[in-house]
Amino acid sequence: MSDGELIGSFIVPVHPHTVLAPEQNEGWGRLRDAYDVAAQRIKDSGADLLIIYSTTWPSIIGHQIIADPNPEWVMVDHDFHDLGSIPYSFNIDEKFAHAWNEANEKRGLKSRTVAYHGFPIDVGSVVALKLLNPDNAIPAVIVSSNVYANRSETTVLAKACMDVVKATGRKAIAVTAMSLSNRMFTKPIEPRDDRIHSLKDDEWNRKILELLGEGRLEDVGQLSRTIHQQIRVNKVVAFKPMWWLSGMNTNRNDLTGEVLAYEALHGAGGAVVHLDPTPSGTGDIEYDEDDVEYFAGERNVLDADQLETEENEQSSNAESLPKEDLNKGPALWEPTEGEDSVNSEAAPKPVGAYPHARRVGDLLYLSGVGPRQPGTNAIPGGPIHDESGKALDYDIKAQTQAVVDNITRILEEAGGSIDDVLDVTSFLVDMDRDFQGYNEVWAETLGQVGPTRTTLAIRALPTPIAVEMKVIAKAPPKM
Amino acid sequence: MSKGEIVAGCLAPHPPHLVYAENPPQNEPTAEGGWEQLRWGYERLRESLAGVDYDAIVLLSPHWQTYVGTHFLGLPKFKNLSVDPVFPNLFRYHYDLEIDVELAQQIHDRAADAGLAVKMMTNPDFRVDYGTITTGHMFNPAWDKPLVVVSSNRSRDYYSVEVMQEMMIELGRVTREAILASGKKVVVIASNSLSHRHFTTESALPEDMSKEHITSHAMHLWDMRMIEYFRTGQAQRILDEMPEFTEQAIAESDGGGLSWLLSTLDVPTYPGILHGYGTIIGTGNAIVEWPVRDHKEAGL
Repeated sequence: MSDGELIGSFIVPVHPHTVLAPEQNEGWGRLRDAYDVAAQRIKDSGADLLIIYSTTWPSIIGHQIIADPNPEWVMVDHDFHDLGSIPYSFNIDEKFAHAWNEANEKRGLKSRTVAYHGFPIDVGSVVALKLLNPDNAIPAVIVSSNVYANRSETTVLAKACMDVVKATGRKAIAVTAMSLSNRMFTKPIEPRDDRIHSLKDDEWNRKILELLGEGRLEDVGQLSRTIHQQIRVNKVVAFKPMWWLSGMNTNRNDLTGEVLAYEALHGAGGAVVHLDPTPSGTGDIEYDEDDVEYFAGERNVLDADQLETEENEQSSNAESLPKEDLNKGPALWEPTEGEDSVNSEAAPKPVGAYPHARRVGDLLYLSGVGPRQPGTNAIPGGPIHDESGKALDYDIKAQTQAVVDNITRILEEAGGSIDDVLDVTSFLVDMDRDFQGYNEVWAETLGQVGPTRTTLAIRALPTPIAVEMKVIAKAPPKM
Repeated sequence: MSKGEIVAGCLAPHPPHLVYAENPPQNEPTAEGGWEQLRWGYERLRESLAGVDYDAIVLLSPHWQTYVGTHFLGLPKFKNLSVDPVFPNLFRYHYDLEIDVELAQQIHDRAADAGLAVKMMTNPDFRVDYGTITTGHMFNPAWDKPLVVVSSNRSRDYYSVEVMQEMMIELGRVTREAILASGKKVVVIASNSLSHRHFTTESALPEDMSKEHITSHAMHLWDMRMIEYFRTGQAQRILDEMPEFTEQAIAESDGGGLSWLLSTLDVPTYPGILHGYGTIIGTGNAIVEWPVRDHKEAGL
């Protein structure tokens, strides 16, 4: 299966006017026309998944993801109920929703799926899906906007989503259902009188759209807090959908952007924007906040006392604990499945979206193999540093032997043996310290088999291990 | 027509956990209990009003959030399924409630005359918010009194707590006038928590009370300060300190309910009865009754 990818992004407005009353105001009609253009582009793109991040679905306990395969109800807006009702029946990709939920947890996020009859799909999601996917031809997934989430949490949410897009080979479209300036008139107005609430809001909106039109999405993300302070009412804590969308686009600033429409919706700024991943050649990230791969900000309020006690106990017992218990490392993944993949329950779980091995013709290509133990994730010989980064003593011979044992398990899963190894590239994080011990174990094991070998010194490996091997082996005949 | 009367005013919060823990037949999820201190508080409130005759309940919920003025439910019946978008695992309630449209219209009209932006909600497909349903159930599980349901105008989000409070005090004033002119006996309820900082995680068993506590000492201090004002008849101090309380305790008074309630009660100088206090997923919640019927000299 080929890697999945994001093939486009859209920013769309949330208010129901574009569905229920486009004829009542020329601007609302232009937004509706732009929605229709966006829908046609999505249809023509061959997309097989729509991913909606909606600012009108707030959540508190982490992020929530709709996982009901066919949510149906009638939506009525809390403010604009006099415009009418919007019946909906959507096609939700529940498998993707569950996979995203799991990917969130692997990256440290609190997350859950929602699949309850009658769950109220929010107005932003309803409007976006009704207009972008009118015949429900493309399965969709909807995620909430967590009221407490800030940039790191929102960025990791996007990265977890893209983990699944890539692993499942999807051609995905990302959509943020949102307003630009979100200050509405606080009194009813006649449709003909609609305009952006203030000149200041209008100027900021046009600046945002200028950047987006140049494909400078990450710049808008960088300006999120400033934009929020300038033109957003305080019902949420940040202009966060731009963080999510930028994260979905690998924080790029050179997309190809096009503003399809920009109009007022009861004073708020509504726009339909298309961001194509084709590099525009313009734009550069002028400044950046720290990138973040894993969310570690949860305060564990519920278990604070218990954690404190556990930490104290661990500290007092540290001397007697086996070294391999002291470091947990990054989140573990299920090995990805493909037609040519070889995966073994007896091998340690990957730390990313990849298989243990892949068969191509008469050869087996193994992903990098380290010494972690299947099941416990323990590191024979001990980790090279603790969770705070403090260096620990470790046994390179034990680690090297464990690597060879894991290679053996994967090859046996493929129906072969350690004798099939043809070529090895070894990576050591401390050549001076470890080469001799590593070499001794090699001589007793793979050295007896006779593969070619290259040994490299590198700065670090994803887990606190000292050695990893990349192996190419003969593939046993298919049964 | 005899003169209308406010028989009681109540602060009656709406976390759906309370309905979940009660296990009523209308709610789909079931629980092993939990949050008893607050549920017993609601019991005491119901007992306090058991012998009191009244015609309608006027309720303001912070979870019907409107940005274009204040809205009122404007049809005689609403029947539907309410699923909490934040805690759908706890609250999926089949409701069937009756609206006192006449009284709602009267409050609406007086508010319009006072210059407030108002609208009647007459779309039959509208789903009543879970805050209204939760407080409605906990206050009157028999659902045998008609309601007037008032939305929460989020003017605080647009302007400031001060502006919000000015508008809610005005809305309270006209609410009071409309009730007195209606000839009806009414209970008025603000459905909101006090401090409102949630945990961002939920225990595996939501009703596991070993995990329940206030999110921080600062929130506790603010809640106790407000409760002390409730208990000692210092409503004006509550209004005076509302900006600091709302901002520092991230209080759900930002929806205007408490300011509206105190204004509707003509800023009572007599003690409120604290029926219960407890935390729900870290937020502070008090059940308070102002027994207006016992203090007619104070306001009516």
